[in-house]
This record gives sequence, C-alpha cells and structure tokens, in this order.
Amino acid sequence: WPYCRQHCSYCSFNKYVVPALDEAAVRACLVREVQTLLRLGHVQRVTSVFFGGGTPSLAAPHTIAAVLEAAAEVAHLPAGTEVTLEANPSSTDPSHLAGFRAAGVNRISIGVQSLEDAELRLLGREHTAAEARAAVEAARKLFPGRTSLDLLFGLPGQSLQGWQRGLEAALGLCDDHVALYQLTLERGTALEAWVRRGALPEPPQDLLADMYQSAREALVAAGFRHYEVSNFARKGALSSHNLSYWRAEQYVGVGPGAHGRFVPWGEGSSQREARVQTPHPDTWMEEVRRRGHSTRQRAVLGTLEQLQEVLALGLRTDEGVTQRRWGLFSPQLSLGEVFGAPGEAQELQQGGWLLLDARALRCTPTGLAVLDAMLPALLCQLQR
Amino acid sequence: MALAVRTASWWARLRGPCPAAAPRGSAARLPAGLVGCRRHYSSRDKEKIDMSTYPVESIRNFSIIAHVDHGKSTLADRLLEITGTIAKTDRNKQVLDKLQVERERGITVKAQSASLFYNREGVNYLLNLIDTPGHVDFNYEVSRSLSACQGVILVVDANEGIQAQTVANFYLAFEAQLAIIPVINKIDLKHSDPERVEKQIEKLFDIPVNECIRISAKHGINIEKVLEKVIEKIPPPQFKTTDPLKALVFDSTFDHYRGVIANVALFGGEIQKGHKIVSAHTNKRYEVNEVGILTPNEQPTHKLYAGQVGYLIAGMKEVTEAQIGDTLFMYKQPVEPLPGFKSAKPMVFAGMYPVDQTEYNNLKSALERLTLNDSSVTVHRDSSLALGAGWRLGFLGLLHMEVFNQRLEQEYNMSVILTAPTVPYKAVLSSAKLIKEYGKSEITIINPAQFPDKHLVSEYLEPTVLGTIVTPQEYIGKIIVLCQDRRAVQKDMLYIDEHRVMLKYLFPLNEIVVDFYDALKSLSSGYASFDYEDGGYQAADLIKMDILLNGNPVEELATITHNDKAYATGKFLCERLKDAIPRQLFEIAIQAAIGKKIIARETLKAYRKNVVAKCYGGDITRRMKLLKRQAEGKRLMRKIGNVEVPRDAFIRVLKRQSDK
Repeated sequence: WPYCRQHCSYCSFNKYVVPALDEAAVRACLVREVQTLLRLGHVQRVTSVFFGGGTPSLAAPHTIAAVLEAAAEVAHLPAGTEVTLEANPSSTDPSHLAGFRAAGVNRISIGVQSLEDAELRLLGREHTAAEARAAVEAARKLFPGRTSLDLLFGLPGQSLQGWQRGLEAALGLCDDHVALYQLTLERGTALEAWVRRGALPEPPQDLLADMYQSAREALVAAGFRHYEVSNFARKGALSSHNLSYWRAEQYVGVGPGAHGRFVPWGEGSSQREARVQTPHPDTWMEEVRRRGHSTRQRAVLGTLEQLQEVLALGLRTDEGVTQRRWGLFSPQLSLGEVFGAPGEAQELQQGGWLLLDARALRCTPTGLAVLDAMLPALLCQLQR
Repeated sequence: MALAVRTASWWARLRGPCPAAAPRGSAARLPAGLVGCRRHYSSRDKEKIDMSTYPVESIRNFSIIAHVDHGKSTLADRLLEITGTIAKTDRNKQVLDKLQVERERGITVKAQSASLFYNREGVNYLLNLIDTPGHVDFNYEVSRSLSACQGVILVVDANEGIQAQTVANFYLAFEAQLAIIPVINKIDLKHSDPERVEKQIEKLFDIPVNECIRISAKHGINIEKVLEKVIEKIPPPQFKTTDPLKALVFDSTFDHYRGVIANVALFGGEIQKGHKIVSAHTNKRYEVNEVGILTPNEQPTHKLYAGQVGYLIAGMKEVTEAQIGDTLFMYKQPVEPLPGFKSAKPMVFAGMYPVDQTEYNNLKSALERLTLNDSSVTVHRDSSLALGAGWRLGFLGLLHMEVFNQRLEQEYNMSVILTAPTVPYKAVLSSAKLIKEYGKSEITIINPAQFPDKHLVSEYLEPTVLGTIVTPQEYIGKIIVLCQDRRAVQKDMLYIDEHRVMLKYLFPLNEIVVDFYDALKSLSSGYASFDYEDGGYQAADLIKMDILLNGNPVEELATITHNDKAYATGKFLCERLKDAIPRQLFEIAIQAAIGKKIIARETLKAYRKNVVAKCYGGDITRRMKLLKRQAEGKRLMRKIGNVEVPRDAFIRVLKRQSDK
C-alpha cells in the first residue's frame, strides 16, 4: 500500500501522500496483479502474506480481504497461513483492527518507533507515545502472541540512557516480537539533510554500537531469541514471512514498487528473476489494467548471484546459511569446500567473527554486529 | 573525480578572476600540443621582408619585466597596436600569451617575441620585444631572454608598488647591465599612488624619480612616451654582420609539421636558408630551411643580420636539440660559445600517476608531447605499489609544476594524481663501498627509498633558496615567526618606504614547497608578495621517516625530513592516514618511526557495529549491488600486513595540502 498520510522525516520508501484516492480502482489493480503474477510464477501454495507500505493500515479492511480472496482463487492459501499487516498507531483503532482480522489478517506489526513524544516529532510521526501504547494494547487484544512492534534507535541527540529507558518501556508494552532498527540516514530524507548541514548531530559510531549491544542484552534477558540482525522473538513468534527473505526463498511482489524473486514459468523461463514493479501508483495502475501486471524491471539471477544473496541474507540470521539450504542452490560445491579452504572466511573464523560447522556457516554474536564489514571479503572468496 | 589534482590555490597569487585573463572564446583552447604551430602560415606567401634595410643602429632589443599582474602583457598589447603590428581592437588581451593557462592565470609561461616596425622622425626602427616568462621558476629562461636584450622596461603597479618579483627582475636586468626604463602602470586606478612608487624605485633601485614614466597600459596613456624612451635610452646592439655567425637560442617551440622552431638573437654574422650551422652544445650539424621574424606570427625573411632577433627552422627533431642558452655557429667557422649556458636543473620533484592505470598509455603520450615543448621537465619512469606505474617528474619550481599539470589537464584532457612535491637532497658518502658503487662521493637523492643510512654518510645536504618578501610593515612580526618556523635565516631587512618592508631569508627549499605561500598570504591578508631564487645547498640534519600500519612499513609514505620537523611531519602523516583509511574489523596502529623509534601514533579503532538494519524484499537488490561494488573495490585495495588500504587513501595523504 504505497500511500501515507504524511511524510516521515527519515523514510525514503516509495510512498505517496495524496489528497484523495480511488480505493476501488487501486483494489481492482491489486487483485488483478496478484492473480497475474501468481499464475506467472505457477504458484501452487502461498506460505505467507505481508501487507507493507506505505501505510497499509490506511486501506479499508475489505481491500485487504479482496486481495487475500484473489490469491486464494488462483493458489492454495491454507487456513492459518501467516498474514501480516503493517500498521501505524494513528490508523489502528480497535474497530479498524477488528476489520482487518475479519479480512484474514492474523499478525500485526506496529510502527511504534519511539515512546518519547519529542523523538516522534523529530521523526515526523503523526502519532503520540500515548497513541502508540493504545494501539499496541488494542492490537494485542485482537492478535495475542502475534503483535510485533518496531522501534528506532540511534536518533540524532539520543543518549544511551534515553534509549535504554525507551526500550524498557517498550518491553513492558510488547508482545512476543520486537524489531529494533538502527536509524539509517537515507539520502533524500529531511533528517539526513538536517544532519548533513549540521543542524542535528550525527550519532557517534561507538554510541550506536553500545545501544545495539545493550538492547541485545536486555531482550535476551527478557527471554527473546535474537533471530536476525534487527529482529527478536520469544515463544517461537518469529516472522515466517521475513524469514523467507533471509532464507532466499521465492516471493512475489505485488503493488507499486514491490520487489519479487521468483521463476516466471508462465513467461517460459526456468530461471529465478529479480523483479520490480512500477513505482508510481498511477502508472502502475495504468499498466496493470493494460497487461495484467506492471513489472518494470526483470533481471535473471545466475547461480553466483543467487549464492551471493543466500550468503548475504542468511548470515543475518542466527541459524546462518545452513548446509541444506546452500546445497539447494549449489549442489556441486558445498559450504565447506567454498569457505573451509584457507582464505577470508578462515581468517574471519580465527578472528572470532564467523563459525563454520557441520550444520551451517553463521556469525558469532560479535560478528553479527559487523556483518557488512565481512560480506565483501566473503563475496570475494565465493567468486573464486 | 576527487583524485584529480585540480589547479591548486597555491598560486592563486598569480591572478584572481580578472577579465583581462579570461580566455578569448574558444580560440584560447589550444589543440593538443600544437602550441608552437598555431601560427599563421598565410604570411609565408607574402613578399619576404628585406631585413638588410634595418642596420644595427635602427635596432632596439628589449624585454618587459614586471611582478605578476602589474600589466606586462597589457603594455605589450599596446606596443603591438601602436606600431601597427596587430590591428587595434578591444579584444587584444595578452596577445603574446597564447596558452590557455597563461590567459587564465594572467602569467607568461612560454615567452613569445615580436618584431615591431616603428617610424620616428623619418627613421625606420626595428624594435624587438623579447617576451620573458614572468616567474623566477623560469629564472634561467628569463636570464637567457635578457641576454638577447640591451634594455628592459620595468613595469610597476602604481597601486601595489614594488613587489618581491619586481626586485628579483630588477636585479636580473641590473646584473646583465641593461638599460632600465621604469614605468609606473595603472595610474588610472582610483587608489594609485605613483609618487610613492617613484620614491620606492629611487630608494631601492637608485633610479631618479624623474626617469619614471607614468602610464595606463589599459587606456593607452603615455605609450608613445615609452616607445620614445626605448629608442632614446636603450643602446642599439653592438654586433657586426661581417663577423662570423654567432646566434643565441633564447627559446624554442615544437611544431608537429616542421620540427623545432628556435628563437634566436644574432650576436654576429648573418644567416639564411641553406646555411650549414652547428650547435655548440651538441655539436650537431643542421641545414637551415627557413629564417624569419616574429610579428608575432612567423614571417619568413630572406636573411637575418647581426643584432636582429627572429626564428630559424633547421631540421631539429626535438627541443632538446635547441636548448635555451645554446650558441649556433656556421659550419667550419666555430666561435666562442656565449656564456651562461646550463642545462635545466629541476628543483622540485613529484610523482605523477594516471588516475586509472588503463589511462597509462594516454598519459604517457600526453607527457611526451608536452615535454616536446618544455625540455626543462625531467621525466623518469617510477612505480608505486599503491598508485601503479607512473613517473617522477622534475620541475624548475612549483609554479612550473602547477602549470605543467594544468596544461596536461587543459590541453590533453588528462586527470592525474600528483604526489606531494619533494626536493633533491644530497648525501656526501663516507662508505668506501658505496662510493665505489655510485662512482662518486656525493649523490643526489630524489626518492626516499634511496636514502643512505647515516653511518654511511659524512653529511647530508639540502637545497636552499633565497626568498624575497615584500610586505606592509604591520605583518612583519607574524611573517618573521612564520619564517623562523620554516627554519629560515634572515639575511636582510629594508624599509622600501614608510610602510613597506623588504625581507630576505634563506629558506630550506622543502620548507616552502608545500604551503608556505598560502600561509604567507593568509597571515598578511594577501598583501605580502614572495619570490625566490636558487640559494645553493647547505648541510642539514636529515632523517628518513617510515610510516607503519600495525608495524608494517608503508613504502610509498617513507619521507625524508629534517630532524627538527620529524615529529610534526610524522604526526601530520599519521593523522591524515587515519582519516583516509576506513575502520576495519580490528584496531589499526598508525605510527611514524625513525629507525626503530616510534615518534608519533594514531589509533584507528575497530568497527563495533557495521550492519544494515533493514534488509527485506525491496532492500535486497540495492544491498547486493552495494556489496558487489565493495567486493570489487576490495580487489583494488592495497594490503599492508592485515590492513586494507584504499588506493585513494595514499592519494589523500600524498597529495599536496592545498588540494584537501
């Protein structure tokens, strides 16, 4: 859902703030594109659905219902399949949320971002901390054990103590899934411009490391499993949809600017492609009406590229890149053959950043925090 | 890109944005290497001038000398106009400065000469204006040009008064015993004060106040008066056509079609097509194809006679065959060569590398073509582990280096990496083994890698320059502190009027090659001027300093420095390197060491967090693209021990400070 009510100061997503919207038209196009693409990918069974954005909670529940029904018409969508909707605290009153539940949504991810009003203002959020609390509480009632909340850290001017206080408050509020994102100053956002011009301080590297480390400790102490760089879950409440990205499984992206990774058998191909839909909603709709879908870019992913993704994404998780998964993409050359040989991976193992055992290649806790510094070296080794 | 060395602010003094310096439309952008051949050939079809109608009595050979921006080229433009040499239009700006760099900077790099025909009181005069490069980097060229003259016009800005370069130029002319015509220019300017300048000239140069001519070259005021004085005060050359040929080469250019064009002044005899001549320096024999005068384009003549100035083409293939200062004589009629000849002696060295190694061959050919026109640049192949294959170039001075680099960029569209300039040190060897190896006891060290250890040496020597600073008196205190900080020794201090002081200091050359002029300009609000001349070598307490990364030496950063400056230099290099190397998974110690002794250290902390927060469907493509680029970039990294150093890190450390 590419629409938002206002621009947040840190967000560089493909999103649009429009005064009026013909929701019926958008709905019809989403339905049409879902069906076209599922057919194109010869998708038999849908294992998870994720409504992201933009602000999907601004959509009417029956739009969500229509998309799910459309999917169920062309592919098997088993009862109980994880269906997540991203929601903003400002558009999550209980009746609206109940509508989503009735439409088939069974997991909710709430963009709390912060529980400090001053920070929320800096981020350009349209909700207050109190509204965020109310939203989480309402969601937990409707989606018990299936409510996630997002928090941001590393805001300009934020102190370690401030972050720890906010996290503590969030732990008192949250359900069984939390995502903690270090703020990325994206080019083209207001926040980035303020920092670049010196109007706001740039958070120091060491402080960010301390914030991340202390958050990990606090969440693990609260019984959470740190299962991905920024994601924590307890009682097995992992997001199976997001896990599928990190496990380099196939997914179909529907809607303006959506990304997908699948084999478009219906187009006569047998190779996985990276596909991107047209970003602008109006153009997207026009094209969907004309040819059923609006794929803007298609790039065939070769074996090396797929392995690069398996590696770069898998190492973000606590399970790492398993031998089994690697074998699916590289039947000839095993993980051990690639990374067990003398080279970068071995040096990283000696340094205590990486582990390779009979089950998987994965990061140590220290290594996970510096994964991006390791990946170029590992990609070099893979290329050889 | 960032690595490209742009025109540094270093020589901003040469001229700020100024309309007179603006290139004249597209015509000013010269095609590659054809500086010497953008001359008009159509004139060759014209009737050849009979130069025998200009006996020595009617000839005046002179130069215009001035501090930069005091109006030398503008005065030359007016003289060319008034004598009808060029048409009078408002577009005549720096007519003799043909290079784009000259027009932009308002300087003269490559001297161009012009013969002016002027009728006065019924006498036809031949006035040869011999242009000179306007900077002491080209001191030798200036002195050779001056040796073809019997007089000079010394131009001083009525507003700025005598500047450092005015002093240097005056003494060159004075020592050559030339007639000096002082001219005070820019009297049209609002704040001009010609009286003050006249007094300065009287005090410093001992020229009576009433001999100064007040002019405005820009507005053409009093130019006739200047010509009058040229005829009146400058003696005609005292040479005889009946003597054997004796021609001084005072400049040369290269033409891709016709070979070398040598600018010559005849100190005796005559010359014409078909004559067989010999170079006193190389002993090579040539047959003259063409002679002529410059107006300022080449105009062939039947002959050139004693006392005249012109050009000759004689089948010379390289400019090194027509070295400035050489004497040409008639085959089988040898003469005593003219005194003062010496080969170009580079004073400043710098590494030059292509930004991208794939550009190596293009850069090589551009260098070859540019050096065809500038034989004073020495070129030695060099290579660096970090920067790849390149050259070590020797220049006459810093301006020369800047100009050369700018010409590479402008005329050949080459972007290059230029390393920090170094100076040629010397070592007097004490080790018998080394003396035998080198075949001499005194060696010149251009590259720190060749620096012999102290116990093999009885003495190290460093080059010095005698610097002249002219400044308003209120800045003296700060300037003296600056000079002392640069290890300079005061030689002289003189008030040239109530407000201005001239200081003379002996500087170690390496202390001024990087940022001295910037520092001087900034602490004097731009009012102090600086110039220097060769000061010979002096003993110096030199050491070689290594830069270590986690204990491993970085070969390309080894530096020769004075013992007193070792700590400051080491600290500076460590700090710069720290900024230039990205954090890595482990801590990196950046150290400066003399032998085994560590004198400075910076620590680059390890990464503690470096992982992108969000990586979902839409982020993956972007993420992978970046990772692949980083992986690609890793192959270009230079690995020193376990430390990966991006290639541009060296560039950022090595390049001159002003490019930061």
